[in-house]
Amino acid sequence: MKKIINGVDQVENEMILGMVKAYPQYLRKLDCGNVVVRASKKEGKVALISGGGSGHEPAHGGYVGEGMLDAAVAGAVFTSPTPDQILEGIKAVATDQGVLMVIKNYTGDVMNFEMAGEMAEMEGISVKQVVVNDDVAVKDSLYTVGRRGVAGTVFVHKIAGAKAETGASLDEVQAAAQKVIDNVRTMGMAITPCTVPASGKPGFELSDDEMEVGIGIHGEPGTHREPLKQADEIVDMLLEKILADIDYSGSEVAVMINGSGATPLMELFIINNHVADVLASKGIKVYKTYAGNYMTSIEMAGFSISLLRLDDELKELLDAKADTPAFKE
Amino acid sequence: MICNIEVIKILDRIGDKIIEEKDFLTELDRPIGDNDHGINMAKGFTEVKKVFETWEENETTENQELGSVFKTVGMTLVSKVGGSSGPLYGTAFMKMGMLLGGKKEMSFPEFLAAFQAGVEGVGQRGRSTTEEKTMLDAMVPALNAMKEAYEADKDVKAAFTAGVKAAEAGVEHTKDLIATKGRASYVGERGIGHQDPGATSFTMMLQTAEKYL
Repeated sequence: MKKIINGVDQVENEMILGMVKAYPQYLRKLDCGNVVVRASKKEGKVALISGGGSGHEPAHGGYVGEGMLDAAVAGAVFTSPTPDQILEGIKAVATDQGVLMVIKNYTGDVMNFEMAGEMAEMEGISVKQVVVNDDVAVKDSLYTVGRRGVAGTVFVHKIAGAKAETGASLDEVQAAAQKVIDNVRTMGMAITPCTVPASGKPGFELSDDEMEVGIGIHGEPGTHREPLKQADEIVDMLLEKILADIDYSGSEVAVMINGSGATPLMELFIINNHVADVLASKGIKVYKTYAGNYMTSIEMAGFSISLLRLDDELKELLDAKADTPAFKE
Repeated sequence: MICNIEVIKILDRIGDKIIEEKDFLTELDRPIGDNDHGINMAKGFTEVKKVFETWEENETTENQELGSVFKTVGMTLVSKVGGSSGPLYGTAFMKMGMLLGGKKEMSFPEFLAAFQAGVEGVGQRGRSTTEEKTMLDAMVPALNAMKEAYEADKDVKAAFTAGVKAAEAGVEHTKDLIATKGRASYVGERGIGHQDPGATSFTMMLQTAEKYL
């Protein structure tokens, strides 16, 4: 394993400390653990909390700030945070309007967040949740615990966050978040694996001329493995799955070309060049495009495409102000 | 009737057993999970044992209400074990604690009612049921066997023995199952032939309880 770290057991903590030191105007770390909250608490609105395992930076701490999250809880690399940590995050940001938890669909994440939510309810905080499951690869893979939550989660942060800033009720913010989940689909692939520091070994192996299609954000197996193809062909393959899942025809979409950590922007733009052309040829209008590292998998080389079908409400919320370390609008 | 001091002693022995079987449980988790069940469970029970030690040192063991004993174990497992086993075992112990409340001793029917609440809690937390290759495949048969055996003979020891047998059979049965919940569902049919680590760790707990009852 070749990594620029000080020790495998310090990775998460030092990462969070470094992030907070880089963005003190946005972020504050709670003393109790790897929980980051906004530098100054915003009252009078629904609070949004998300999180999950570390290794997806800038998710989720990078999305804490105006117009997006109020708190992000970081577990060990690729491991859900525990309910006591999540509870501390909820308590730190809870307002009279309540708290919405944005959870990615993994067994551990869902259970740990739900427990924290129940504990917070016992303390008189009203908590609701949404579970993001945007990965279209999963339906046909070996998984049966349901689709995974991947890069589309960032759109949920953005739009639910904007809705919360308007002073909307907890039910309304939850509905906006759910609307994103119902309308966003993602599929990814990878050409090299990633290594969890504590394990020291790559999560899987690929030979130089192979790619894993439909991979998850923890390097989990996807739909299949096949010889590496040219960028345009890969894009065609991923888009075909996404476009087959919900009907995008005639609609406007937000596009996210998400890098997995080790994919250069050069390649992401090459990918987007063809994504834009394919969508145009199918009569799908691109309203806005985001290309960059939004939901990474440590140092995996690969990418995912997310398409969010928009209506007037979602467009307005997507355009609303966001000011966070990793996402500005 | 069993009093708080005895209950704490048995829970402490359960901790010893889990810590002792750390490598075995982890090894079971390797082919069908993420290779950490024993490590995480041992971490959790090491902390549980520390709490018991503190009670011992402060001479507060005999003051502990059963509700708070089980809730403390549950909370400790939730915060230290992590992953999915933490919330599942944590929920089981916390639900038991909620039913036992301020009691300092319990009858066997009271234990059974609490155990049932714990098992139901696991099902709700994991949104799962039997035949999904999880700890429930040992827990549910054990609970049913204990209820039936006690109904028939009103003999606590015999009921525990029946429970252990049913749990052990449940563990064997998980070898034939294809997981549909948790990480083992990721390997699908390739998991056949492998016993479920969660069902195994639960069975170890029950075996320990039976042994020291």
